Amino acid sequence: MRPHKIMNQKKIAYLGLFAAVAIIFGYVESLIPFFAGIPGIKLGLANLAVLFILEKYTWKEASVVSIVRIFVIGFLFGNLFSILYSLAGAALSLTVMTIMKKKSGFSILGISVAGGVSHNVGQLIVAAIIVENTSLLYYAPALLISGVVTGLIIGMLTREVLRRIRL
Amino acid sequence: MKKKELIFIIAILLIAFALWGGMFLMQNGNYASIRITIDGEEYGTYSLAEDQVISIGNTNVCEIKDGKVNMIEADCPDHLCMKQKAITDAGGTIVCLPNKVVIEGEKAAHSKDSSADFDAAT
Repeated sequence: MRPHKIMNQKKIAYLGLFAAVAIIFGYVESLIPFFAGIPGIKLGLANLAVLFILEKYTWKEASVVSIVRIFVIGFLFGNLFSILYSLAGAALSLTVMTIMKKKSGFSILGISVAGGVSHNVGQLIVAAIIVENTSLLYYAPALLISGVVTGLIIGMLTREVLRRIRL
Repeated sequence: MKKKELIFIIAILLIAFALWGGMFLMQNGNYASIRITIDGEEYGTYSLAEDQVISIGNTNVCEIKDGKVNMIEADCPDHLCMKQKAITDAGGTIVCLPNKVVIEGEKAAHSKDSSADFDAAT
């Protein structure tokens, strides 16, 4: 068998593995109640898997893992609305992280923070559009700050995982 | 961490605090009533002083008790709105995203209208 074909099979196996890991993270997170009476604040554990894939491969592989995760988690534990919010957040966050990775020269920490913040901003915008009420922007400061904090935590975790796992 | 990353993070935090401060000043005041909207359209305004249970459409039920507003029933699966912080005379917002229901505090200046609405509703 030609080498690049073996590589391809390896990649498919890894992507499946990380999609599964992301789904389990999503489940673990659904067990943790959110903090401080503010909806939308989550650790974003699943982003660990997505960030890892983004570092190892490209945004295309990361999108596949992300989309598979959102639909599986959505159908298992959520509903159509939660899928919609997740897609909006994930799309914006992945776009921002990809641009950051290519252009900014940020380390994994900075990329993760940018991803966390843009994820929250994307979800907030979609939520405000759906309920047609701008009073939701009341949550913006809390979501910005929580995006920074969770982004830092996930960034540090991903950095440690990248150091230890060689694909 | 690189220096520009630190600057980036500090910039986001500054924006957040600026927004927070701005909203705190704007929203500072005595809230005497709540306004309920569904899908962007006004459903009704209710006084915080009157203890009552309000059915919002067929989907949600909220309760005003001792000047605090809480969502006590929702037909969505996640029930996030029921866990949100109560609205008090310091204001606040409760949102049920699946049913597009928003409850928000209203300042005291509107209390006249709200009591009229309340009479009309009962």
